[in-house]
Amino acid sequence: MDVMHVFVTPLTLMGVMGGVFGVLLAIASIVFRVHQDERIGLIRAALPGANCGGCGYPGCDGGASGVVTEGAAVNKCSVGGASVAQKIAEIMGVEAGATIPMRAFLKCKGTCEASPRQLIYDGINDCRSAATIPGGSPNACPFGCIGLGTCVSVCNFGALTMGDDGLPKVDVKKCVGCGACVANCPKGIFTLVPATADIIVACNSHWRGPQVKGVCSAGCIGCGICAKVCPAGAVEVINDLAVIDQSKCIKCGKCAQRCPAKCIKTGESYEVIEKTA
Amino acid sequence: MTMTELFLLFVSSIFVHNILLSRFLGCCPFMGVSSKLKTAQGMGAAVVFVIVLASLMTWLTYNYLLVPLHLEYLYTLSFILVIAALVQFVELALKKLNPVLYKSLGIFLPLITTNCAVLGVAVLNMNEGYGLAAALVNAFGSSLGFLLAISLMAGIRERIEDNEGIPVSLQGLPMALITAGLMSIAFMGFTGIIK
Repeated sequence: MDVMHVFVTPLTLMGVMGGVFGVLLAIASIVFRVHQDERIGLIRAALPGANCGGCGYPGCDGGASGVVTEGAAVNKCSVGGASVAQKIAEIMGVEAGATIPMRAFLKCKGTCEASPRQLIYDGINDCRSAATIPGGSPNACPFGCIGLGTCVSVCNFGALTMGDDGLPKVDVKKCVGCGACVANCPKGIFTLVPATADIIVACNSHWRGPQVKGVCSAGCIGCGICAKVCPAGAVEVINDLAVIDQSKCIKCGKCAQRCPAKCIKTGESYEVIEKTA
Repeated sequence: MTMTELFLLFVSSIFVHNILLSRFLGCCPFMGVSSKLKTAQGMGAAVVFVIVLASLMTWLTYNYLLVPLHLEYLYTLSFILVIAALVQFVELALKKLNPVLYKSLGIFLPLITTNCAVLGVAVLNMNEGYGLAAALVNAFGSSLGFLLAISLMAGIRERIEDNEGIPVSLQGLPMALITAGLMSIAFMGFTGIIK
């Protein structure tokens, strides 16, 4: 038996190949070393890892490098809130700044009862698909909630559920304000509101009064009574839709009392929700 | 090999002997990374890149190391070694030299290290006794076939994802497997185009 050929050559060959590749890779890892700021790793460790994209970057890795390399604000993480912002601020050596938690709010009261469904939609079971049909919605009101629950399926935190009335419900305890529902609703009827906001207009229709009345009994008709009665001047009617400036609102609730369509919701702040719950 | 033969080899490696749908190599990413068209194309591009490079390296290893030393039987072991080291090296180099390409291919490169399609093409080149030109053409064609098949698959899967007509028990992966089978049957239609 040729010992040389059977044992020595193969073992040497594989050994040499392995050794050469190992050395080459070791050299390559030094030559091609990419200097990464160690703060990126630290911030990534401080983030909650929900990868929701609420900060505007793709996932928590993207958010961490965004803070370090692009100077993004340290309080952008809506999931982690103030405590995470504080940790990141310490890593970056800056002030955290105040964070008011945001949460999703549905600007629509068009339940099956209030706003009748106009067509029987039988296509793909997704609002984004239903919104492409002529008229922009299977429902009579083209601004309102389609009700197929795209927002529920995109919510990573289980904060949304579809109610029996055809509208999604926001569980404010679970909502972290990442904005996934806002970005994916084809009708744009979700909005992020500060947790302190108490009185909010729950309608998205820019139609004039008679048209709104024709399709929904709970829609804003743009009458402007709310703007007239507001003592703080916080309500304004823009394009036939009332808008409340939350920074001016004194939470007196007069607008909601006088609203003929009853489309202004009160008691929406975390404070009140916790008290009544 | 003449130019005509090389061209025929190129076409046959894409369609007739499609690496996924007719040779059934690399089925793991075909199922795993084919739910979104964009990632499927990223994966496909990375595969093209790695298969061509790996075929070059394994061809050189086989013909200039193993054959002269009469150690042809060690091909599996040495090919795996060469491919793994190569992919690692490419990943390191790309990260430094071309961060843009690294971002689009980077996450797929480690997946390909142990992909049987890469090793399969290298072994095919050896078994068929291809010269360097033929080996590279076969590698490029086979990997383009991979890109084609995985892109088609991802396109189909994106469209049938939200289809409510599919029975509940078949939604998701079962439907993808049936789709893959139908695609494979469709690609059998290319058999006989090239003798």
